[in-house]
Amino acid sequence: METTIANLSVGEKGIIQDISYDNVPLKLLEMGCLPGKEVELIQVAPMKDPLYIRVNGSHLAIRKETAELIQITKSENLCEILKS
Amino acid sequence: MRNTEVIKVALIGNPNTGKSSLFNQLTGLNQKVSNYPGVTVEKKSGTAKLNDITNATIIDLPGTYSINPTSLDENIVLQSLLNPDNEYPDVVVVVADVENLKRNLFLFSQIKDLEIPAILVINMADQMKKKGISLDIELLKQELNSEVLLVSARKKIGIDELKKAILNYKKANISTIADIADRIDVDFFNQVKNNFNEISLYKAWLLITQHHNFSTIDKSLQKRIDTYRKDTSKLKKMQNRETILRYQYINNILKKTYAVDTEKATDLRFKLDKILTHKIFGYVIFASILMLIFQSIFDWTSIPMDFIDTTFAQLSEWAKNKLPQGMFTNLLAEGIIPGIGGIVIFVPQIAILFFLISILEETGYMSRVVFLMDKIMRRFGMSGKSVIPLISGTACAIPAIMAARNISGWKERLVTILVTPFTTCSARLPVYAIIIALVIPNQRVLGIFSLQGLTLMALYLLGFTAAMVSGYLLNKTLKVRGKSFFVIEMPNYKLPSIKNVLYTVLEKTKAFVFGAGKIILAISIVLWFLASNGPSSFKNASEIVKKEYSNQKLSESEVNQKIASYKLEHSYIGIAGKAIEPAIKPLGYDWKIGIALLTSFAAREVFVGTLATIYSVENDGGTTTIKEKMAAEINQDTGKKLFNFPTGMSLLIFYAFAMQCMGTLAIVKRETNSWKWPLLQLFGMTALAYLASLLTFTLLN
Repeated sequence: METTIANLSVGEKGIIQDISYDNVPLKLLEMGCLPGKEVELIQVAPMKDPLYIRVNGSHLAIRKETAELIQITKSENLCEILKS
Repeated sequence: MRNTEVIKVALIGNPNTGKSSLFNQLTGLNQKVSNYPGVTVEKKSGTAKLNDITNATIIDLPGTYSINPTSLDENIVLQSLLNPDNEYPDVVVVVADVENLKRNLFLFSQIKDLEIPAILVINMADQMKKKGISLDIELLKQELNSEVLLVSARKKIGIDELKKAILNYKKANISTIADIADRIDVDFFNQVKNNFNEISLYKAWLLITQHHNFSTIDKSLQKRIDTYRKDTSKLKKMQNRETILRYQYINNILKKTYAVDTEKATDLRFKLDKILTHKIFGYVIFASILMLIFQSIFDWTSIPMDFIDTTFAQLSEWAKNKLPQGMFTNLLAEGIIPGIGGIVIFVPQIAILFFLISILEETGYMSRVVFLMDKIMRRFGMSGKSVIPLISGTACAIPAIMAARNISGWKERLVTILVTPFTTCSARLPVYAIIIALVIPNQRVLGIFSLQGLTLMALYLLGFTAAMVSGYLLNKTLKVRGKSFFVIEMPNYKLPSIKNVLYTVLEKTKAFVFGAGKIILAISIVLWFLASNGPSSFKNASEIVKKEYSNQKLSESEVNQKIASYKLEHSYIGIAGKAIEPAIKPLGYDWKIGIALLTSFAAREVFVGTLATIYSVENDGGTTTIKEKMAAEINQDTGKKLFNFPTGMSLLIFYAFAMQCMGTLAIVKRETNSWKWPLLQLFGMTALAYLASLLTFTLLN
């Protein structure tokens, strides 16, 4: 399912497909947040922002506005597969 | 003595890799902190003995994830690698954390491409077994074409091997490793290669992509660089491509050399994160830690601060009595010694504050606070990272403003710098203490809370509210270019290293004493001069006073007090106090308070000392204290007590808001590199203080 990191629920994972390069800081890429990498949403701050993610071995916190710029395919989790 | 050879070593690495631990191990106490020329970033360097005839000068560069800088601190790393001056390192030691090797190799590959001798130090090697990590060092050395060492800085493993490797730096291979230029854009880089044949290709690329202008480059080079800078969106695309290709290269190497058994990875991080960033417990824990910090700043420091206070007072007294009388003795006893005392008195609070803050940073907890607070702080124009300056501001605004450096968005950093002086720093405490004692009755509310204590707490909240509200307003009104962004690492939790914590405390305290101290001392001397000199009536003070009181039987010390008061009234500063009296009368103050307001522009706590001089209190245990003198003071216009409730409240409000600290203004000038912002603070905060006090006095009177 195509979505962005901002739409993941805590514990869900996805594979990064595309990044809106013009608006995402280079630093985020340099810290390992790159297309093809798996990303997991670990925790969401109390006011739904920022997001705490694990990507490419790094644990990072990014703001929601940045997370919305990173397109992912959500990895189906086991429960959903069993349900369908 | 034999001549010693000195090798210049730059220590570079990601934050949280134990770089500081390694630096401390290599240099011990042979460290010094200076400033980089022209910028405010502190430069830490130290000396390590490599063998009998060779020393290494080790420069600890700020932690960074890449040599493309995003903050002032990180810019230093780039600067020191691009400017081939006498600071240019002979060899770069890149410190990496074994758990995040991939991201650390990113930085290493950039350094290698600059064609500088580089050694890769993989730190925290003692953790490998526990974390289930296996690593083929020999293969990694071959792949990276570099010296690679396993080290544990905390356990002192591998330090000697590192020293040997530094000694052998000339044997290091300096070829580039990633070879990605052609895959980014063949034509572009061929052109660059031909155009910049005097420097390495990667260096040329960095010069082109950095917006910073390097003063040390010659004109012809700068001109050639500028021709490539125009198409910024194309350059950014190429930088993105470079990042992707670098990671591909690194992944290929790590596939062959590095393996993690994920089952062994502990879930301590997971469990702690669940609690510490929880939507209720997270804030409860943070609030408790804040309470603990405040408690310790005020409770644990009162004894050393009183001790420093009395010691300097005695020293001053001693100098006055024992040294030959004269201008110089007066300067020493009334200007320099109290001036130094006014700096040293803050050392206990600053030391304890940074002791606690650096423990929070070392454990990894501070990143969680930043994470918890970011959204809230953003509404007030700041970032989650602004929490640290705002907490530090309760000790002293000067180190607090310096702590705003690692905020990467300029606007967020600027707002933080501008509002930090509103937080109640410890210099306001003596002022608050004496006025509260004078005008707030010593009663209990609901049987438990002291009314005086509640007033003090209300003043803290008032300062904090003022900081947040002005942050909100500045956020709405400031038109500042530059996008803010927020990417922080959430490091692993670990036990703090006491050695690192103590070194940080030492470093911060030294920075305060020698940085801010110089300014406070200079201003104290100027104020002393203004208070101890004046026109003719000042010079003839002693005859005038003796004449006036000749028919009264006064003891010698009483006469001396009258002379001192008279002198102050007719000194330059006294004249200034009288001059501003019409302006401050509506606030409920007289010219004596006016003098204290003026002198406390140097630093707020001077207020009490000045009033002590004006009311000529005896230092040697006279019968009346300054408090009693102030309580007895009569307003000459109304015939009532001067320090009544309305005047007292008006003064409290004035001190809560006014920008009365030259040291802070000087630091803001340095940090923002412009007079505009400190002047905005000075006039804005003082105007607010004036209006708020006017309102308070008018309503209460």
